Amino acid sequence: MENNASNKTRKSLAPKGEVWVWFTSLGLVLGLAMVLFLFGLILLRGFNFFWPVPVVQLELKEDSEAVFRGNTSFAGVIASTQERSLQEIAVEEEILLEEEEEVEADGILGQALQTISEYRVFVGSRDRYGQSFRYFRHNDILERSFPEDIIRAERRVEGDAFFFPQRIQFQDGSEVTREDANFEDELDRVVKEGRARRSQINRIDRREIGPINLEIRELTMDLRFLNRIERTEGDLSEAQEAQRERLTERIAQLNEQFELLRDKADELRETNQSIRVFYEYADGTSGQIAIGDLFRFYYPNRLGFFQRIQVAGIQFWEFVSGYPREANMSGGIFPAIFGTFVMTLIMSIAVTPFGVITAIYLREYAVQGPLVRAVRIAINNLAGVPSIVFGVFGLGFFVYIMGGTIDSLFFSQAQELGTPTFGTGGILWAGLTLALLNLPVVIVATEESISAVPRGVREGSLACGASKWQTIQRLVIPASLPGILTGMILAMARGAGEVAPLMLVGVVALAPNLPVDGTFPFVHLERKFMHLGFHIYDVGFQSPDSEAAIPTVFATTLILIALIVVLNLSAILLRNHIRKKHKGSAF
Amino acid sequence: MNDSTETLQQAPDIKQKETDNPDKTDFRQDYISFRNYNFFYGPTQVLFDVNLDIPERQVTALIGPSGCGKSTLLRNINRMNDLVDGIRHEGELLIDGTSAYDPTVEVISLRKRIGMVFQKSNPFAKSIYENVVYGLRVAGRKKKSSLDEAVETSLRRAALWDEVKDRLGESAFGLSGGQMQRLCIARAIANNPEIILMDEPCSALDPVATGKIEDLIHDLKKEYTIVIVTHNMQQAARVSDQTAFFYLGKLIEYDETEKIFMNPAQKQTEDYVRGRFG
Repeated sequence: MENNASNKTRKSLAPKGEVWVWFTSLGLVLGLAMVLFLFGLILLRGFNFFWPVPVVQLELKEDSEAVFRGNTSFAGVIASTQERSLQEIAVEEEILLEEEEEVEADGILGQALQTISEYRVFVGSRDRYGQSFRYFRHNDILERSFPEDIIRAERRVEGDAFFFPQRIQFQDGSEVTREDANFEDELDRVVKEGRARRSQINRIDRREIGPINLEIRELTMDLRFLNRIERTEGDLSEAQEAQRERLTERIAQLNEQFELLRDKADELRETNQSIRVFYEYADGTSGQIAIGDLFRFYYPNRLGFFQRIQVAGIQFWEFVSGYPREANMSGGIFPAIFGTFVMTLIMSIAVTPFGVITAIYLREYAVQGPLVRAVRIAINNLAGVPSIVFGVFGLGFFVYIMGGTIDSLFFSQAQELGTPTFGTGGILWAGLTLALLNLPVVIVATEESISAVPRGVREGSLACGASKWQTIQRLVIPASLPGILTGMILAMARGAGEVAPLMLVGVVALAPNLPVDGTFPFVHLERKFMHLGFHIYDVGFQSPDSEAAIPTVFATTLILIALIVVLNLSAILLRNHIRKKHKGSAF
Repeated sequence: MNDSTETLQQAPDIKQKETDNPDKTDFRQDYISFRNYNFFYGPTQVLFDVNLDIPERQVTALIGPSGCGKSTLLRNINRMNDLVDGIRHEGELLIDGTSAYDPTVEVISLRKRIGMVFQKSNPFAKSIYENVVYGLRVAGRKKKSSLDEAVETSLRRAALWDEVKDRLGESAFGLSGGQMQRLCIARAIANNPEIILMDEPCSALDPVATGKIEDLIHDLKKEYTIVIVTHNMQQAARVSDQTAFFYLGKLIEYDETEKIFMNPAQKQTEDYVRGRFG
């Protein structure tokens, strides 16, 4: 009887498909949850990177293992609290001791179930402590405090540091100490002035010395070429002699300019080095830093909520607009953002017309038969080829064959001297490689949208006396533009995030120059470039202090995702605009 | 088959209808002429030995049940079937005395001489103005004044001018179904063709819109030769001068519309027009 009843309920549910509704929706919910989790994590940890957190000062017991050179005071930011069992620690120590004293380890094993909690604290000052993070057991901590006067300083080298500023020493030897009323204002002022001087130095280096250097390099190359001719042929023609003279003269002239500018920059640098800030660490040890090395500072324990937002905003802007320092460990990621953007642009410009033309031929002109079917299958399969394969192809075809040919045709001088121009990885080749990678995506999307153009429209056009090409050009392409853009959006999303093939065709961890800048001819397609995806890999997994790099990795990931979202969003808005224009209301 | 050729040979009676074109006899009686015409889609034959002369500046209706080949015949006139793979034809199709399939005839210039209106109105995703001048633009006409003029004349002839003259720049999709179909007619006549083919132009329209289109056909036949495919018997009776009845790819009977409807020679025709089958 009971069995019957349950049968009945099952029957009443089955025809409506209720069970499957739950089952299928479960799949969706699971997927959504994972995506939301991923985005949430990246958002949270990415933004955390910029958020100024209070700095805690810890007093340790004298006998604590964490005591550093007899100092018991540390200041830093608590990164996390974690529990570890003694066994784990024992195992770690055992490895450290190389199993010297097994007996003792056995003794510790007896307490295996005991756990201890400890803080993981970002203490900064890599130059002093060796690594950025230190561990402090809760049991060892005597006192915790949040000192008002401590500052968090962003330094040129060795990462951030936490300290109490004591006095400022100016060029002329005069000093302002913390007892003086205007100490904090003065500190603020000198740091700001130092920053201004540094940006002036940068301007001289990049904008003024850069082009001079470039010209000198080119002229030197010409000179070397002439010298080589002299060596091999024994003699130079008169015209060549005259040219050599001209070159030498010009180089000397440029060198003069260069030295002038360099002196100016050196003077500024010297000023920045001669003003120094003396400070004390939390444990009372003193130290000093030149104003040129102190980029920015704030009082983390004095900030109100809105000031925190302000500091976070400044840090965000610095990160997004700044250039990387210290092997990408600190500083900004602007070159990587810019490189990713330009490369994606090159890719889109290359892939869209190519894919659209191919799709038009396949759909409109090719005789539909086994051959076209085979081609179509091949295209679909191309989308599944691992991207590194495209990277290898790009290296072989674009870089070596095409780049090599361009070099031997137009840059033979440089090539002979062993400095290839296009014959080495560059942003153009990277863009083209990714274009190839995404070609199937664009072809498939375009073909679909072309075949969705109603037959009536084509017939109407032909009946008006239009040729096939006129019909395609005037009606079919405009009508399938939204579909083409969809393909482009997919291609951009994939292309901007792709890293593996790029490593072979032009991405570098640190590029000295941007692919687009103020030096003629402004767009330098042959230059190597930085890419956010590769930057993540480099910072996160190739840097000397990868633990300290974790927040940077999250922040960079956040920016990469934001960039892709922005690119896609603009393409989607464009698509919607076109859709509105081309699809009327009714029908 | 013999019967149909017989009817063809009968001299068209002029007095039967109201005389829209008093000098009708001056026009060619075999303006569009199918001679022993067979047509195949791949292995399937759809038209069997059709002999049909369509007179100039008259309305000729093609009727018959679905799949009888009347649309195929119509689409042969402007070679619209060229788009389909695996087509083949035998026999001759003469338009104004020249073979439509003559190697010297370019299909594009042929289509410029023959306007076509489809069953489902198919305005382009452009403005009303651009829809009308589409044929002229693809023909390379650029002069603004001549395009403007063509738009006004065509829209006036299509009896649409007064309704749309204030919104020529707006999308054609904003029009009603009947207006769209008249726009398509305007588009067809903007090229200044000699023939207008209509493939069930009113089948998607309400009675009011249908009435307007039928009035329009009446006006247009003063200047154009019109061939219309229709499923609607009353419509065929109302608008056409000649009617051809097709059945299973064969031309069963072709005569004055009045005769076809009042006194058909063939039993099949009578059954069809009386609504007994089809």
